[in-house]
Amino acid sequence: MLKLFFHSQLSLGLARATAAALAALAVVLLARRRQIHLEAEALIAMARGFVQIVAVGSVLLFLLRGPHWTSIFLLAGMIVAAAATSARRAKGVPQAFQVSAYAIACGAGSLILLMTWLGVIDTGITSLVPVGSMIIANAMNTNGLALNRFRADVLAHVGEIETALALGAASETSVAGYVQASFEASLIPAIDNLRSLGIVWIPGLMAGMLLSGARPLYAAVYQFVVLSMILAASGLTSLVSTVLVRSRVFSAADQLVLQPGR
Amino acid sequence: MSNSPSTSAVPILRTEHLTRVIPGKTLVDDVSFELQRGGVLAITGPSGSGKTSLLRLLNRLDEPTSGSVYFEGTDYRSIPPRELRRQLGMVTQRPYLFSGTVAENLRFGPAQRGETISCELLAQLLARVGLQGYEERNVANLSGGEAQRVSLARTLANSPSVLLLDEPTSALDDAAKLEVESSLQHIMHGQGLTCVIVTHDVAQAARLAERALLLANGRLMSEGPVQEVLDA
Repeated sequence: MLKLFFHSQLSLGLARATAAALAALAVVLLARRRQIHLEAEALIAMARGFVQIVAVGSVLLFLLRGPHWTSIFLLAGMIVAAAATSARRAKGVPQAFQVSAYAIACGAGSLILLMTWLGVIDTGITSLVPVGSMIIANAMNTNGLALNRFRADVLAHVGEIETALALGAASETSVAGYVQASFEASLIPAIDNLRSLGIVWIPGLMAGMLLSGARPLYAAVYQFVVLSMILAASGLTSLVSTVLVRSRVFSAADQLVLQPGR
Repeated sequence: MSNSPSTSAVPILRTEHLTRVIPGKTLVDDVSFELQRGGVLAITGPSGSGKTSLLRLLNRLDEPTSGSVYFEGTDYRSIPPRELRRQLGMVTQRPYLFSGTVAENLRFGPAQRGETISCELLAQLLARVGLQGYEERNVANLSGGEAQRVSLARTLANSPSVLLLDEPTSALDDAAKLEVESSLQHIMHGQGLTCVIVTHDVAQAARLAERALLLANGRLMSEGPVQEVLDA
């Protein structure tokens, strides 16, 4: 319907964005009727997301004219921003940003490098940056979930952990169950995405490829490739993250420093 | 204080100006005392007086801000924490048993050092706390008193030199309290194990301990024979 009223690509795009934002706002207003107040948070998140994605679009426009290596800086910047975002999910965990940065760089960064070297990801900026950003964003989510779950489990089981320590257990032994649970829980979205691929959802990348005229079979296979890379990067990120955070919640004398109210 | 080797004249446990400060509060304030081998010391005082904080410092679950603890004459900061905690076994207010059987719980501590305890020793440990034949019971099915006695046996399975008890009966009903106290009497007086027991129950302190410390606001108010301290 919007096509009837908007004829240029830019005006049509803005109209579509407005319609989608209004749908989101309608949900926020519906929540308000049930005394759930998301107005400020949702408005800020939407405005921020819009500005950020338009800024990235503008940067991509600029980068497309530059040399390939500039994408490395863009991806590195994304890793830093992803680390800062997911570290907020680990309030009170010592060095959460450092843990997140190492984990995402190790998980997403190393996988992007490997896949680019193997030729799975094209070195062109238009391919490397969007695909790389998807991998980094998913690694960020996984890292946030892992840290958040670990933090919650530790805070809920201080007594059990300190009992194990008091019985002479090593710090890593005392939280081993919570490390494993965090790792498993953090990978649920990535695994479920792969499991339900094509049945429950057709991801944006594939939809975009189809819209731009790619052959459906190629688009489908490429989407599987991307989701497999996301699972690999997410798994590695969560593995590194949970191993690193495990040691951060203890002092050098094996004392649990992450405690309620401290 | 020099790190001298253990001798019979050296107190098994000694604190020197032990202090722990957290932002906005002094939990333990300049506490010095000593405990001879085989002695039973009660730490008493009102709620919030620093009793549990002091016990946690003895087990090095928390770090002193200043001062230190000397175990058999050795500054405990020079002892690997895992070994120190094995030697200074701690029983907490709530038993915090690990899921599984009673036997699995008792085997946990020795397993941390790569040791296994025999079925015979397991039976002996359970007999010490009055729970003969409980080896294969699932801990989920234990009463509060039974769980606390399993917790006690689990700590004893590590063969500690000193037993630290943090209000071991405060979460129990009267019947369970008597069961646990009876086990403690047997261990403290029958087997001569050095014990530090935190309790707000002065009658229990009088029944179990020979000496007592009275804390208030983290400070040591008095120390001496249990009845003198409690009567003061």
